Amino acid sequence: MSKDKKFSDWQKNELAASLKRFPERKEEFSLHGGVEIPRLALPETIDDNYRDRLGFPGQYPYTRGVQPTMYRGRFWTMRQYAGFSSAAESNKRYRYLLDQGTTGLSVAFDLPTQIGYDSDDSMSLGEVGKVGVAIDTLADMEMLFKDIPLDKISTSMTINSPAIVLLAMYVVVAEKQGVTADKLRGTIQNDVLKEYVARGTYIFPPRPSLGLITDIFQWCFANMPLFNTISISGYHIREAGSTAAQEVAFTLANGITYVQTALDAGLELDHFAKRLAFFFNASSNLLEEVAKFRAARRLWARLMKNRFQARKPASMMMRFHTQTAGSSLAAQQIDNNIVRVTIQALAAVFGGTQSLHTNSRDEALSLPTEDSVRTALRTQQIIAHESGVADTVDPFAGSYYIEQLTDSIELAAEDLISKIEQKGGVVSCIEDGFIQRQIEQAAYDYQKEIEAGQRVIVGVNKFQIKEEDKPELLRMNPAVESAQIAALQKVRYERNDDEAQARLATLKVAAESGSNLMEPIIAAVRAYVSLGEICTVLRKIFGEYRD
Amino acid sequence: MTKEQTPFRVLIAKPGLDGHDRGAKFIARALRDQGFEVIYTGIRRTAAEIAATAIQEDVDVVGLSSLSGAHLRLFPEVVRELAARGGSDIPVLGGGVIPDEDITTLLEKGLSGIFTSGTPADAIISSFKKASQHHRNHDSLK
Amino acid sequence: MTASNETLLTGITNHDPRAIGRAISIVENNGEGAADILASLDQERINSVVVTGITGPPGAGKSTLTSGLITILRKTGKRVGIIAVDPSSPISGGAILGDRIRMMDHALDPDVVVRSMATRGRLGGLCASAGATVRIMAAAGCEVILIETVGVGQSEMDIVQLADITVMVLAPGFGDDIQAMKAGLLEVADFLVVNKSDQPGASGLLMDMEQIFAAKEEESGVARVLETVASENKGLVELLQSMDTFSDYLTATGQKEQRRNRALNAETLDWIIEMLRSRFLDAMNESSSQKDPRIRAKEFISKTLQINQ
Repeated sequence: MSKDKKFSDWQKNELAASLKRFPERKEEFSLHGGVEIPRLALPETIDDNYRDRLGFPGQYPYTRGVQPTMYRGRFWTMRQYAGFSSAAESNKRYRYLLDQGTTGLSVAFDLPTQIGYDSDDSMSLGEVGKVGVAIDTLADMEMLFKDIPLDKISTSMTINSPAIVLLAMYVVVAEKQGVTADKLRGTIQNDVLKEYVARGTYIFPPRPSLGLITDIFQWCFANMPLFNTISISGYHIREAGSTAAQEVAFTLANGITYVQTALDAGLELDHFAKRLAFFFNASSNLLEEVAKFRAARRLWARLMKNRFQARKPASMMMRFHTQTAGSSLAAQQIDNNIVRVTIQALAAVFGGTQSLHTNSRDEALSLPTEDSVRTALRTQQIIAHESGVADTVDPFAGSYYIEQLTDSIELAAEDLISKIEQKGGVVSCIEDGFIQRQIEQAAYDYQKEIEAGQRVIVGVNKFQIKEEDKPELLRMNPAVESAQIAALQKVRYERNDDEAQARLATLKVAAESGSNLMEPIIAAVRAYVSLGEICTVLRKIFGEYRD
Repeated sequence: MTKEQTPFRVLIAKPGLDGHDRGAKFIARALRDQGFEVIYTGIRRTAAEIAATAIQEDVDVVGLSSLSGAHLRLFPEVVRELAARGGSDIPVLGGGVIPDEDITTLLEKGLSGIFTSGTPADAIISSFKKASQHHRNHDSLK
Repeated sequence: MTASNETLLTGITNHDPRAIGRAISIVENNGEGAADILASLDQERINSVVVTGITGPPGAGKSTLTSGLITILRKTGKRVGIIAVDPSSPISGGAILGDRIRMMDHALDPDVVVRSMATRGRLGGLCASAGATVRIMAAAGCEVILIETVGVGQSEMDIVQLADITVMVLAPGFGDDIQAMKAGLLEVADFLVVNKSDQPGASGLLMDMEQIFAAKEEESGVARVLETVASENKGLVELLQSMDTFSDYLTATGQKEQRRNRALNAETLDWIIEMLRSRFLDAMNESSSQKDPRIRAKEFISKTLQINQ
């Protein structure tokens, strides 16, 4: 095979460059007994078919992964999503995690924050600090990152509709630490389209929301070049009950929409495309999931190259984060969930993920306890260090079944994407409910199969036992809500209110004129204008979306 | 029609802010397939909106779903709002990620039944049937 | 009349949502006291109410449009009734009444009376139940009633018969649906709304429709084809104004009365079928050697009603 010209080119170029930048984890990879583990197993003969459909890792169409050495260079990032009631509590946990050697934080916000309501809004009743940290004003954000050097870490923030406000707060907190925006690394989810079809934390209608996303793209390209400006998410689409092929199709269709929106706004494709990240689900059907990741990567590369004429390799590479499927966790015999998560995490690793969150065994019952979170992290560490699956690149390649399934998922997703485009694109399909209905039908059919016993869920519809001992669960402190409200009111009382109102007035004018809102929002949060106040102004101008 | 049982009317509602409606939609469809007329409110509704809708639509039962952990605040609030609008006879059922000890509290606060992620659909549907029938039999306005 | 029915009637007059909702259930189910309730409603209010049917294919934006119209009507201080009709499953008899979702913004407004209604697959019976609901809502002080129905089918034709004004909502990208409708609903619609008129294909659709509606327009002098972007509340005020003008035109030319008579006939026919249904179902349980359905029907009629056809 060394006779193959393309292979030797790859070795000389992509591989050599990669090895120089990221030396492999070990000098030599071998089995117990000394048999060498190949970096990349290849077919006997490398024909055109192989090169077109698979290619070498780190090379178009990226079926075998986005880096030439994959996990032999560096393991995926083990990034556990976490957020607690108050900013002070979360800060404590983040600093603990950093002391343990973590370099990446992943912030979970509570629902009022995600939907742009202040903690004292009547809509926030009962939800403050429940599924993540409550952020009302810059004061909370300052507390959240207190004594955490923002130039040293990367921060992932799961925030969508009001992403621009939280990003602005992050920039101002950094600025107060003396860190300029160009040093900041991390990812903001910022994927509002999937909120309409699957996750539900939308605020404004799709079209103005796309405008806010473009504002972020523009501002970050000029000021925050190291930051991933969007994480296009299939995770929640799958959680809402879609099939694997639908997950790929709807996610990539959303991706196309963001790319087109940015192009329409005058951005240069090869400037912003490398800052697009993806986020997928890892479900329990291991082989299907492996094929899904490979298919998604290949399809995106083809779309970027053929349809959008991307020139730089980085623009065609689909880099993604993966989380194991929360909806697959059972409330019965919860230790079984550890096994489910293991299978799902393996699928993500075989599929070539760049980072991974593993769910905890007790998440079907409540937010996870610290013990459960540790086991979830250990699962990743065991896969990385003990299983050996990270020692060779794309080990499933060439399996007749996997390749066939990869092809068929890609084809099904492509078909669905063209159907969406025939119907006028994603936004039209959201407005007329086409995508929602597809997902709903798939979810309903799946659940019916479970109810009928045609699909076995161990411990749920088969192999049940009577469980006496109830696991220890994490309980939220009920005082969080009132403390958060008091803190917010104190900030409102202590701030220079004339300035705050002036900033809101400037924002209103900017929003009405359709200009980029990032700077006016930065100015507003700096004056301790709250998230809810900003979103109220924008709601009045953009309108509110209802499903 | 007088001799036939007319369909039960139920309201399926999602109080609070969580957007995970997979379970609520499944139950809505499963109830439809069992002959119920199901009014679905969509996500992110306040307790007052849910109660007002239940009254206006003259439903036999209200079914609530919440997965964000806000059930202890929101479910009893719906019961209270219903009573404030003269609908204390309308039974309220709830479902979601709900720990055992909360179930007792919720039942004490006026919920007529609680389902968790382990409850089979058949059991949920039969609870809806029972509660609807009970409401029809003991209706103060009839 | 029973004491509880009297309470219901007082409740209806006093705008009590519980009483209104319950009264509608009783007449919808043809339950005990339905006749008493309907007979005691304020006929003058029923005469003066304006009933508008809003129909169109799924996804054209009917619910959003309806919700937008409610908002504007409420600003003018009008009390509004909405009947949202969805099809029942022919297999289970159940239904998902999903139009309520877009009405939720008005849930706490006591002057917006919403009722979701399933077609219940009965023989034309929608006229009777929706008609009775219109009467109850009118008696409860609603000045405008909007009846929203999905798609194309029998229930739409029922609503057309019932309504004073029929509005058909379309949007760009519904080519096939529109072709299918040309022969039927488009002929009977009074207004054609091109919703999502900011989207590609709208101008073509608009031109097509203006051709079809040209004659109607000329006759009444009211613009019958209108553009809206319901999600942004664009064009809704104009639509309501045109509907108002058209309503006056209908009254002035005596057409409103004609339409009301048409509705009365449709409702009456429904009630006849409704009242006879159970008797005939009982009759059919008796054995009969007759295998021809038409002759069999004649037999049952002469036996049950003692009339000869």
